[in-house]
Amino acid sequence: MPVTSEKIMQRLLLAVAFSALSALLLIAVFIISQGLPFIFRYGFREFLFSSQWNPQAGKFGIFPMVVSTLWVTLGAMAIGAPLGVAGAVFLTEFVPRTVMRIIKPSIELLAGIPSVVYGFIGVMVLAPLIRDHLGGPGLSLLAGSIILGIMILPTIISISIDSIMAVPKSYREGSLALGATVWQTVRMVTLPAARSGIAASIILAMGRAVGETMAVIMVTGNSVKIPGSALEPVRTLTANIALEMGYATGMHRQALFATGVVLFVVIMILNFSASYVMRQRKARR
Amino acid sequence: MPDKIALNKFSVHYGPDPLLQEIDLEIQSNQILGVIGPSGSGKTTFLRALNRMNELQPGFTASGRIMLDGEDIYGLDYDAVSLRKKVGMVFAMPVPLPMSIHENIIYGPKLSAGRGWKYDEAVVESSLKAAFLWDEVRDRLKTSALRLSGGQQQRLCLARTLALEPEVILLDEPCSGLDPVSTAKIEEALTILKERYTVILVTNNTKQAARVADRTAFFLMGKLVEEGTTQQMFTAPKDKRTSDYITGRFG
Repeated sequence: MPVTSEKIMQRLLLAVAFSALSALLLIAVFIISQGLPFIFRYGFREFLFSSQWNPQAGKFGIFPMVVSTLWVTLGAMAIGAPLGVAGAVFLTEFVPRTVMRIIKPSIELLAGIPSVVYGFIGVMVLAPLIRDHLGGPGLSLLAGSIILGIMILPTIISISIDSIMAVPKSYREGSLALGATVWQTVRMVTLPAARSGIAASIILAMGRAVGETMAVIMVTGNSVKIPGSALEPVRTLTANIALEMGYATGMHRQALFATGVVLFVVIMILNFSASYVMRQRKARR
Repeated sequence: MPDKIALNKFSVHYGPDPLLQEIDLEIQSNQILGVIGPSGSGKTTFLRALNRMNELQPGFTASGRIMLDGEDIYGLDYDAVSLRKKVGMVFAMPVPLPMSIHENIIYGPKLSAGRGWKYDEAVVESSLKAAFLWDEVRDRLKTSALRLSGGQQQRLCLARTLALEPEVILLDEPCSGLDPVSTAKIEEALTILKERYTVILVTNNTKQAARVADRTAFFLMGKLVEEGTTQQMFTAPKDKRTSDYITGRFG
């Protein structure tokens, strides 16, 4: 009976869909239940804004990690966003479509390289370069920013390309017919019209940068302190969890979960604002 | 009077397909040339050839010559950007740029002014008046142009083109999506504009050509069948295909 099989398939797909959703829910509940009580017990302000991270002495202030995460992410955006948007503009406006169809998938392939490989290249190539030419230990905030800046390129480029291509051809033609050059058209018409998609790509990329762990652990040096310059080693929130979870117990373990809660909230905020910006664009059409 | 525009054995191909074949045509200034013909006859390609918009799409090739004031606009050192400032275009679909009414008007002049970003603010009022739009938008110049009605948007596009102070204005079925009132307003604007400009009007509406055009050209399958004064074309066409089309026997 086709009708029964239809019903069975429907149930099955529903179950699959819900299992994905419940996995997300379980993770969220688990992290929050493990971490949130600690935050309340230890004190929200003490936890977030104290610079003392000394688990043996019962000091759990993650402020240095928060600042480091912020700097590494901002550095990555400063490197990745201009490169990514410029690349997207170049590929959509200045290069024949056939060439773009070859280059875009190759860039998207960058996203498929395991992050440990990026970290490896950072340790072997980038860190020595920084050490020799700029000074410091090499493993540093700067190295982390550069590696992350490259890692987020595929996100920025492919979403930006999609949103630039979604700009109606008539806008471009209207502008060109008014005697604008291609570059003037890009700057004054195409980019403003695509700006919400580009903004969303940057926010999503930011989420990736905040959440990246392996590559960051390998290239940033991981010392717990507020960085005085870009050449100093730093430890991010993600690195902190990954480095200490293996041996942490009791309060220490809960403090790491609480760190996870902070990360979780930050990334949720970033993702929600990305989809909000995207929806704004659709609403305007 | 010398011809404003002269086409000499001008052809356009898209890939191997001919879209326009060996067009010979002279266009005088201060006149409206109506271009009629069934869809696919090459009217739009002809229009877009005059400001070199065809070449924006890969695959188009042009041969022959188009002289504007005696200069070959397909010559190697002729700059397409400066050509488009002299030969303005209004499209079939009204496409205001996604910015305010005011910004739409000054977009062209601002670009022409270059680095200094100096342009005459009076151009906003004068060009909106010339397009019969000023009274309707004078109080809301800063609002988005996308909020205007279709007819208003099309007149804005006309005003935007006028703000460039071109010499030639190309219109590609500017009234195809408009109501009769908006159409009448645009036609009225055109008959006044021809005193200062050369106007080329592609239209699917033969009656519109009969109403406003001084001369009319009939295109069919990429060829110019016949061109003459509008009166002659509509009363005593030389070619049978022209009279068939005008009387609605095909197309």
